[in-house]
Amino acid sequence: MKKSNIIMLLAAIFPLALFIFPLWNITLEAPQYPIPLGMNIHINDFADANPYDIKNINLMNHYVGMKYIPEAIPEFKIFPIGIIVSTIIGLLIAFKGNYKWFLGWFVLMIVLSSAGIYDFYIWEHDYGHNLDPKAIMKFTNPDGSVMGFQPPLFGTKHILNFTAHSYPRLGAFFLGLGIATSLLAFFIGKKSHKKVLNI
Amino acid sequence: MKQIFKLSVGFLMIAMAFTSCNNSKSSKSNSALNSNAAEKVYVAPGEYDEFYAFISGGFSGQLSVYGLPSGRLFKVIPVFSQDPEKAYGYNEETKPMLNTSHGFIPWDDSHHPDISQTGGKLDGRYVYINANNTPRIAKIDLTTFETTEIIEIPNSAGNHSSSFVTENTEYVVAGTRFSVPIPQRDMPIKDYKGNFKGSLSFLKVNPENGEMSIKFQLLMPGFDYDLSHPGRGKSHGWFFFTTYNTEEANSLLEVNASQNDKDFIAAINWKKIEEYVNNGGGTKIPSEYAHNLYSDENHTATSTMMHEVLQVKPSDVPGAIFLLPTPKSPHGCDVDPTGEYIVGNGKLSANLTVHSFTKMLNAIENKKFAGEAYGIPILKFEDVLAGVVEQPGLGPLHTEFDGKGNAYTSFFISSEVVKWKLGTWEVLDRKPTFYSIGHLMIPGGNSANPFGKYLLAMNKITKDRYLPTGPEVTQSAQLFDISGDKMELLLDFPTIGEPHYAAGIPANLITANSKKLYKLEDNKHPYAAKSDADTKVTRNGNEVHIQMTMIRSHFSPDNIEGVKVGDKVYFHVTNLEQDYDVPHGIAMIGANTSELLIMPGQTETFVWEPKQVGVWPFYCTDFCSALHQEMQGYVRVSPSSSDIKLSWSLGDDF
Repeated sequence: MKKSNIIMLLAAIFPLALFIFPLWNITLEAPQYPIPLGMNIHINDFADANPYDIKNINLMNHYVGMKYIPEAIPEFKIFPIGIIVSTIIGLLIAFKGNYKWFLGWFVLMIVLSSAGIYDFYIWEHDYGHNLDPKAIMKFTNPDGSVMGFQPPLFGTKHILNFTAHSYPRLGAFFLGLGIATSLLAFFIGKKSHKKVLNI
Repeated sequence: MKQIFKLSVGFLMIAMAFTSCNNSKSSKSNSALNSNAAEKVYVAPGEYDEFYAFISGGFSGQLSVYGLPSGRLFKVIPVFSQDPEKAYGYNEETKPMLNTSHGFIPWDDSHHPDISQTGGKLDGRYVYINANNTPRIAKIDLTTFETTEIIEIPNSAGNHSSSFVTENTEYVVAGTRFSVPIPQRDMPIKDYKGNFKGSLSFLKVNPENGEMSIKFQLLMPGFDYDLSHPGRGKSHGWFFFTTYNTEEANSLLEVNASQNDKDFIAAINWKKIEEYVNNGGGTKIPSEYAHNLYSDENHTATSTMMHEVLQVKPSDVPGAIFLLPTPKSPHGCDVDPTGEYIVGNGKLSANLTVHSFTKMLNAIENKKFAGEAYGIPILKFEDVLAGVVEQPGLGPLHTEFDGKGNAYTSFFISSEVVKWKLGTWEVLDRKPTFYSIGHLMIPGGNSANPFGKYLLAMNKITKDRYLPTGPEVTQSAQLFDISGDKMELLLDFPTIGEPHYAAGIPANLITANSKKLYKLEDNKHPYAAKSDADTKVTRNGNEVHIQMTMIRSHFSPDNIEGVKVGDKVYFHVTNLEQDYDVPHGIAMIGANTSELLIMPGQTETFVWEPKQVGVWPFYCTDFCSALHQEMQGYVRVSPSSSDIKLSWSLGDDF
């Protein structure tokens, strides 16, 4: 097996870590929560960072009319399938394909990941803006529009008495590593291909 | 009468002599309070104390939890007295905790907390504490800081020499202060002598869950059994009890029980008696007593009446019990960390007597007895004496140890703490207390491994030490730094009730195990409503059961109709919260009981018997959230003849 194909093999395997480690994390800090509330987003589940965190996030958020974080969303079915299928494709390429295919897989993964992030943004936006009209507390922005409570897509943001952090977790790093590795496999494969031609 | 007069005059003079001689010293040491004392007790906002101090409330019947060195009060754990704040003894779940063979008792006198031990060291699992008046021992679980067990001690009266644990918490003891006829019977009081008996009960502790059961009761002569401590290390397997009134007087004890030059410390080889009992020894005697257990699973206590105990007479087990003559009505009976020295704090003696365990064993082996009392061998004073601390003060009550070879004794009459050295018996330091110290405490002081950094003095009288609050003023504790050669007074702080006795422990032995909440999914209360879907109101004759939930910031249901005058309405309320420190309370107008204060995941019940027609509100009593003031509801009460059906609702789903 060629060196580049071995690297591609690794690239295809790395994203499987998403089945073990969370993809993303949202953490809410406030003075009366010395241990912050946190939610880990896995590809198939929302999980408490500490016991009962999601229940307590829901309790806090109901004051401003935000919906409860759902037990399950359709993405929890789609994401695992997407990861498995793309891994299988990656493995096939690693065993059978050449470096050009590596680039193809890289592009595929970029597209899929971007779609995922966009989907996450849509969900967050809805979660933060689609508020119960009978909300206990209603806040408006300085311009008079209804204040939303959308957590940041990436980064840190102050929302009323909370500081919300939204950052990728180990699973996302493995996904990123896989994608980057496939690009590396492409370049190495390309280089050795040229060498072969030069000889 | 003449005798009393003479005695009291003599006493007064001695007391005055000691007080005046102390005053010259005390004014000096008092003003010499180091300027850095404040720094030593300052625990910055948000930071933790180094030690927990569990201080009994004496006549309050409770156990308070303080932090040291700050002296800040964290919690008052209800134990033997009802507590309307926490609904302890008021709600349906905890009423059985205060049940006894005499029926429900709302109060007692809590005295000597002791922390469970493993291998002679504090393990931070449980605190055991005795009720003095109606003899009982309670267990407090240190994961929840709640009383989870109370066992009554039959054939006892004034359960004072209690509730100390052996070095692996094999046993907790309960010794009677007042000897009584056993079994109780109608007889002339003047026939006390020779007829009354003192019982020393040994309660076996289940190592799994800390639960107690009376293994055997030792029927001792009719003395007063005052305090006790376990042997440890080399003396493990023995227990030592101080006695007074060896005169067996039944009236005017202040004089008549103070005549003998020496009373006794009773040394009990409990291992030997345990062996005797395990081999089928002892006699089962009918005795009624209550055993009350609280479960964190169904958040409910049950009271079980027990009907017999196993009694052992000293003559049944020869060689297991000996009497060590000890001067003048000894109070505290304290064993040093090595287990070698047994200090008898002869409260009417000018000297402090220390016995040697090794010498005691030798004397027993050589059968050097001075006589016997009711068949129990009395050892010779000189044969068991390790040493005497000469003239250390007046009225020694209690000695604790720092683990560095020093002992600290409280002196009630001369109102001071005296530091002295084990082995050389020399007095090293003395500091006044304000005023009239009773017991004192060094964290781990009753163990093989004391933490000799602080000493807590518990005073009976404060007089002018605090802002006056009418005739009744606070009692107090005083904290001393004992890490140096000389003791240094750091802090005075007020206490609940009478700070009778205390046990201290490094905080890190407890904090990691402290529960944050009760898991709702584990709640096995028969009337728990674990979600809105479980809420309901049911009628059974004139009994109405409301299964209600509470969560920020509403009750469910919060509108209830169909209740009638003459009904007995049970509010079974479940706190659905699963967050640390989010209790809710509930109170109903006109209910002849206390509020409920319900921890996350817990279910509690109160009873309301509406007497008037109308619409009556209830509300949350614990400021739980921003919408706390909105957390309320109504019950419609109709005439008893009404045929309005039960209905309940929350919000729009009427």
